[in-house]
Amino acid sequence: MAAFALEVSGVAKRFGALTALRDVNLHVSRGEVLGLLGDNGAGKSTLVKVICGFHRLDSGQILVDGEPVSLRGVDHARSLGIDTVYQDLALVNELSVYHNMFLNREHRMGPLLNNRLMRRLAESHLHAMGVDIPDVTIEAAKLSGGQRQAIAVARSVYSDARILLLDEPLAAMGAKEATIILDLVADLKARGDVAIVIIAHNYAQALQVCDRINILQQGTITFDRPASETSVTELTDLMVAAYRTRRRDETGRA
Amino acid sequence: MSVAGTVPKPGGAALARRAWAAFVRRREASVLVVAIGLVVYFQAASPLFLTSDNLRNIAQATAPTAIVAVGIVFLLVSGEIDVSVGMVAALAPYLMHYAIDFYGVPAVPAILLALLIAAAVGLVNGLITTRLKVPSFVTTLGMFYLLYGVLLTTSRAYPVAVPEPVKGDLQTWLGAGDWASLCWCLLVVAVFHVVLTRTRWGLHTISAGGNPLGATEAGIRVSRVKVGNFMLVSVFGAFAGLMEAFRINSIDPNIGGGTRITFTAIAAAVIGGTALAGGSGTVIGALLGMFVLAMLQNGFNLIGVSANPFFLIQGIAILVSMIANQYLSRLRRTGRS
Repeated sequence: MAAFALEVSGVAKRFGALTALRDVNLHVSRGEVLGLLGDNGAGKSTLVKVICGFHRLDSGQILVDGEPVSLRGVDHARSLGIDTVYQDLALVNELSVYHNMFLNREHRMGPLLNNRLMRRLAESHLHAMGVDIPDVTIEAAKLSGGQRQAIAVARSVYSDARILLLDEPLAAMGAKEATIILDLVADLKARGDVAIVIIAHNYAQALQVCDRINILQQGTITFDRPASETSVTELTDLMVAAYRTRRRDETGRA
Repeated sequence: MSVAGTVPKPGGAALARRAWAAFVRRREASVLVVAIGLVVYFQAASPLFLTSDNLRNIAQATAPTAIVAVGIVFLLVSGEIDVSVGMVAALAPYLMHYAIDFYGVPAVPAILLALLIAAAVGLVNGLITTRLKVPSFVTTLGMFYLLYGVLLTTSRAYPVAVPEPVKGDLQTWLGAGDWASLCWCLLVVAVFHVVLTRTRWGLHTISAGGNPLGATEAGIRVSRVKVGNFMLVSVFGAFAGLMEAFRINSIDPNIGGGTRITFTAIAAAVIGGTALAGGSGTVIGALLGMFVLAMLQNGFNLIGVSANPFFLIQGIAILVSMIANQYLSRLRRTGRS
C-alpha cells in the first residue's frame, strides 16, 4: 500500500500542566479531504500547529510520504510542502493585500522585492478564485472578514502546497464566499495531488466537501469514518453524547 | 479628500484632488508641510536663516541624530524600543580611543571595532528582550545605566583628544568636514528607505511589529528580525557618536548628552509618522522630523527667542504630531483618502 501523504502517529503535546494532545493518530492521502471535527478546546488548532511546525511535539511522530520528519519550524514544514491557513489568518494589517499573499515567500529581483510581479500574480490568483477585491495594493486592514479569509486561503492554495491544513476556513464567511472556498477545495481534490485537512464547525459543510471525518475529543481521535457512511445527525449525536457523559462524570464526581 | 458622491470633473480640479488624496495618504505628508512652513516662517523672520553658514549649522545638528533616528524607526516598526542608544554613541569614541592609544590598533580597524562592539551591545539588548521576554524599554534602560557606568569608570569622566592616527582625511570624511555628516545621513536615509519599503527585511520588520503572532505563523523568525534591528540601532548610535567626536574634535563623555540623542531620535521618528506600537513608520519622515526639530531650535535662536521655551515647542510638536497621526491613520483606515 502506498504511503500516506501525511501520517500522524501517537502525537502528544503538553503546555505545562495542560495536556492538549494525548495520543493522536490520523492519516490523509493525496486527493483526499479529511474533515477534523471536535469541541472547542479539543485540541484541533494545537494539532494543526504541531503538523505545520509551529509547535514542537512532545512525543510521537509525523510522517510525510511515509518518511518520518522532525519539524524544526514553520519554514521547514513549508519546505516539505505543508502549508496552513490559520484560524487567526496570520495577515499583517499594515501590509498591502499582495504583500500579505506573498508573506515570507516574496518574489525578488536581486535584493529588492519584485512588487510588480507579486501584484500581478495576486490579481490573477484572486480573479481565478472569483474573489472580488478591486485593488490589491490596499492595506489588509481595510478588508472585510470574508475578504481577509479569502486572502489567507488564496495564499496557501497558490503556494504549491502538497499538504494543506485549513483551520476553520469558513468561520467569517458569508454564503457566497463560503461557496468560493468550498469550490476551491473541490478543485484541489480533483487535481488529486494535494492532501487536505479541514477543521470545521459546520457538519453539513464538512460532509459536503470531505471524504472522511475524524473527531478529536479531549486530545485524541475518537471517530474515523468515510463521510458517506455518516450523517449530520450521527455527528451531532456523538458530540452531544460525549458532552453528556462528561457532564455526568463531572457532576457524579462532585 | 473629495466628498463622497461628487462626480470627478475632468481637468485640473480632479487632478489636483487626486494629487491631494495621494499626498495625504503619504505618512510623511504632515511633517513635510510643517517643515516647509517653518522654512518659510524663519526665512521671513530672519534673512540669516537660509545662508550657507546657517544651513551647515542645521545640517551638523541634524545629521548624526537623524542617522540614529533611522535605526529607531526600524526598531519601533518591529515593535521594540531602545533607550540605550545615546550611551552607545557616547561610548563608541572612547572604544576607538582605547583601541588606538592603549592597544596600538590602527585607525580604521579601531573604528570598525567600536562599531562591532556596538553591534554586540545591540545583540545583547535583542537577546534579553526576545529570549528572556524582558520588555525592551526595561532591557535598554538597564543597558543605558550599565554602559554609563562602563563609560564613566573607564574614562574617569575626563574628555580626551581625538587620537592622532585618525586625524586628517579620516576625521574630515567621518564628520569634521562641513557637509560630511549630512552626506552620510542622506546616504543612510536613502539606502534604508529602500530597505524598509522594498526588501524582505523591511517587509518582515513591518510584519514583526504589525502582527508578531501572524508573522511567526507565516514562518518569519520574528526574534531574529528584532535582534537584527536592535543591532542596527546600536551600530548607527556608535556611528553618530564617532561623527560627533570627529566634528567637535574631542572625545567627551557628554556626547549625546546622556539621553538627548536617544530622545531626540525617538521624537524625530514619532513626529515623522512612526507609530510606537509597531507596524508602521517611515525613514524619510524621521529625517523630516529631525529637520523640523533642528530648525525649531536654530530658528528660535536666530530670531532671539531664548533656548528655554524650545523644549515647550518640542513637547507640543510631539503631541500635535501624534494626535495628527492618530487622526490621519483613522482617515486612511476608513478608506476616505
